[in-house]
Amino acid sequence: MNDVIYILLRRLRAPLVTLILVYAVSVLGLVLIPGQDDQGQPWRMDFFHAFYFVSFMGSTIGFGEVPYPFTDAQRFWTLACIYATVIAWLYSIGTLLALLQEPAFGRLMRRRAFVNEVRRLREPFYLVCGYGVTGSLVVKKLAAREMRTVVLELKQERVDALEMDGLSIRVPRLCADASLPDMLHDAGLRHACCIGVLALTDDDQANLSIAIASKVLVPERMVISRTESDVTTANLGSFGTDLVVDPFRAYAEYLVLTTHAPYTHLVYDWLLNPQHRPMATVHKRREGRWIICGYGRFGRALYGAFRQAGVELTLIDEGKDEQALPAPRVQGIGTEAVTLEAAGVTEAVGIVAGTFHDADNLSIIMTARALNPRLTTVVRQNLGENDLVFQNSRADFVMEPGRIIANRILAQIKTPLLPVFIERMLREHDDVWAHVLLNRMSHVVGERELDSWSFRLCDEETPALLMLQQEQVLKLRTLMKDPRDRTRSLPCMPLMHRRGEQVRLLPGELCELQQGDEILFCGLSEALHKMEWTVNNYNQLQYLLTGREHSDTLLSRLLHRGGKH
Amino acid sequence: MNREKVIFAFFIVLALTLNFGFFIGETSNPNHHNVYELFAALVASLICTVLKFGDRTHVGAMMLATSLVADLQLVAAAVIWGYAAQVGGGVDEMILASVVSLSGGALMANILSVVLLVVETVLVRR
Repeated sequence: MNDVIYILLRRLRAPLVTLILVYAVSVLGLVLIPGQDDQGQPWRMDFFHAFYFVSFMGSTIGFGEVPYPFTDAQRFWTLACIYATVIAWLYSIGTLLALLQEPAFGRLMRRRAFVNEVRRLREPFYLVCGYGVTGSLVVKKLAAREMRTVVLELKQERVDALEMDGLSIRVPRLCADASLPDMLHDAGLRHACCIGVLALTDDDQANLSIAIASKVLVPERMVISRTESDVTTANLGSFGTDLVVDPFRAYAEYLVLTTHAPYTHLVYDWLLNPQHRPMATVHKRREGRWIICGYGRFGRALYGAFRQAGVELTLIDEGKDEQALPAPRVQGIGTEAVTLEAAGVTEAVGIVAGTFHDADNLSIIMTARALNPRLTTVVRQNLGENDLVFQNSRADFVMEPGRIIANRILAQIKTPLLPVFIERMLREHDDVWAHVLLNRMSHVVGERELDSWSFRLCDEETPALLMLQQEQVLKLRTLMKDPRDRTRSLPCMPLMHRRGEQVRLLPGELCELQQGDEILFCGLSEALHKMEWTVNNYNQLQYLLTGREHSDTLLSRLLHRGGKH
Repeated sequence: MNREKVIFAFFIVLALTLNFGFFIGETSNPNHHNVYELFAALVASLICTVLKFGDRTHVGAMMLATSLVADLQLVAAAVIWGYAAQVGGGVDEMILASVVSLSGGALMANILSVVLLVVETVLVRR
C-alpha cells in the first residue's frame, strides 16, 4: 500500500515545487507593487488579499480586481501571473493524470487491491494458479459449491475471461506469474484460510515451483498439480504433493477399462464426470484389436496401459525412426484410407485418434468410420475452442486433457473418500457388481449429473447428529429422508462407510452410525443441500427420527409442561 | 557532488535560517518581526516538505515528519496574523507573541530536520 503513495509523491515532486514557487512569486509581487485605494491614496496589498487574489486567479475563477481596482503596474504583474499559474496547474494536473494512466501504476494499483482483498478473506479458499480450460472448470464448479477461490493467471485475456464468466461469488484475481514465490505470498499462500493450492498452469516447471514453494512454506497444506511428463510426476511426488494428475495417463487408464470391464468403466465415468455416458453405450464390442494413431505422449501412455491389459494393438505414426516396438506399426498420419486399411481398420474394434492436431484427429475418425461403421472411436481434442465440432463429431469418446484434469481434481476436492471408493471398487469387485451398482445409480439420478459428497460425524461437520440423547440410535436411513416430509427419501444413495480402518462399500440403510464415522454419498446435488439441514439442525433431525415437529424454545417447553399437568 | 543533494540541503538550511530570522528579536515587538520573512519561511518550508516526499528510508520518514510539523506551525502563525489583521482588531502584542511563539515551535522542528540531515550525511560518508 505504501508503494503507491510513495511513487505518487515522488513523481509529483517537481510539479508541486513549481506550483509553490509560482504562487509564492505571484503573491510576493502583488504585495510589493504599490496600488491605489478608491480615494486615490497609495495603498499596498497585504499577504492575505494577495493570496486570496492569486488563489482565484490561478484556478481561473476570476472575481475581478479586489479590494480596489488595480493600477496599471499591478495589471502588468497580474497578466504575467495568470499565465504562470495556469501553466503550473496544467503541468501538475497533467503529470498526475499521466501517472494514473501509466500501465505500471495500474498494475501496482491492481496488485494492491488484490492483496487487500485476499487478506480480508475470512472463509476457506483454494489458490488456483492458471485459469485455462482446467482452471476455469475447477473455479466454476467450486463457485457452484460456494467455495471461494483466488486466481493467479499469467495472461491478461484469461483474467478478462474470468471477469466475463459471471461467477456467483466474487473471485479475487491477478494477472501475474504464479511461479514467483512473492506472488504466491500475495495471493494468500500463507493465509490461515487457504486450504489448498492447485497448480494448473500449462508449464510443468511453473507447476513444480508452485508446488515446491507451497510445500516449503506450509508443509501440511494440500497441493494438487497437473503434469505432462513422467519426470515432473516423479519430482512432484518426491516432496509429498498430494495429488499429481497426468491427463494422458489418467485417460489411458480410464479408456483401458472399457475394453474389459465396461460397467466398472461406466461407474467410474458417472462418479468423476459431470456429464456421464448413458448406460446404452455399453453394448458395443470393444474386445479385440485397437488402432492408435499418433505415438506422442498420449500414444505412449495409451500404449503402456493397453499392453498391460493385454489388448492387441496396431500403431500408426509418421515418425521415421524405427523403434523396437513389439506392436505392428504402419507409417503415416492415419487421415488417408490407404494407411488405415494397411493397419487393418476393417477387423479392428476401436481406433484412437491421438495426434497433436485437432483437424487431423477429426479426419481420422471420419475416414475410419466410413471404412468400418462399427468401430469404437476415441478422439483427442487439443484446443478448448473446438468444443462445438467435437461435440458433434459422433465420436464415442472425446479426450480433452483440460477437462480430465479438472474432473480428477474436483473429485479429490469434493471428498477425499471418492478416490478411496474407486480404488476399492477396481480392486475388489467385478463387472457384475458394477452393473448392479450402476442400475441403482441410474434409478436415483437418471440422466442428470451425479454428485457425490461425504460427511464425517464430528462437531464441525455434523453438530446436530452429535446432540442426540443416549437412547436414540442414529441409522443411515434417517439421513436419507427428506427433512420436509419424512415419508419421502432424498434422491441419493450411500456408497461407502468408513470407521477407522474398517471400510464397507454400499452400506445398508440400517447401518448404525457412531461418532467419527465417515459416509460417502452420491446422488443429485439438491439432496446434498437438504441433507445439510438434517445434519446441522437438531430440530429437523428430531422430526426425522420421531415424526414430531420439535421445538426447543422456552415458550414451547412451558406449554408442554403445562400440557403434562 | 550530487546536484539533487545540494538543492535538498539548500532548502532545508534555508527554511531553518529564514525561520530563525523571523523568530529572533523581542517576542512582542512588531519592529523585530517582518511579515515578509514569515512569508519566505513558510514558502521555503513548503518546498522542503515536497522535496522530502518519496524517501522510503527511516531517516527520510523522520525528516518528512519534522517538515510537516514546521509547516503546520508556520501556517497556523500565518493564519493567526492574517485573521487578526483583516477580521480581528489588528495585530496587537498578544497576537504577535503567539505568532512568534508558533514560529519558535517551527524553528525547533527545522533544527531537528537539519540535525537529521547532518546525521544522515555523516552516516553515509561519501
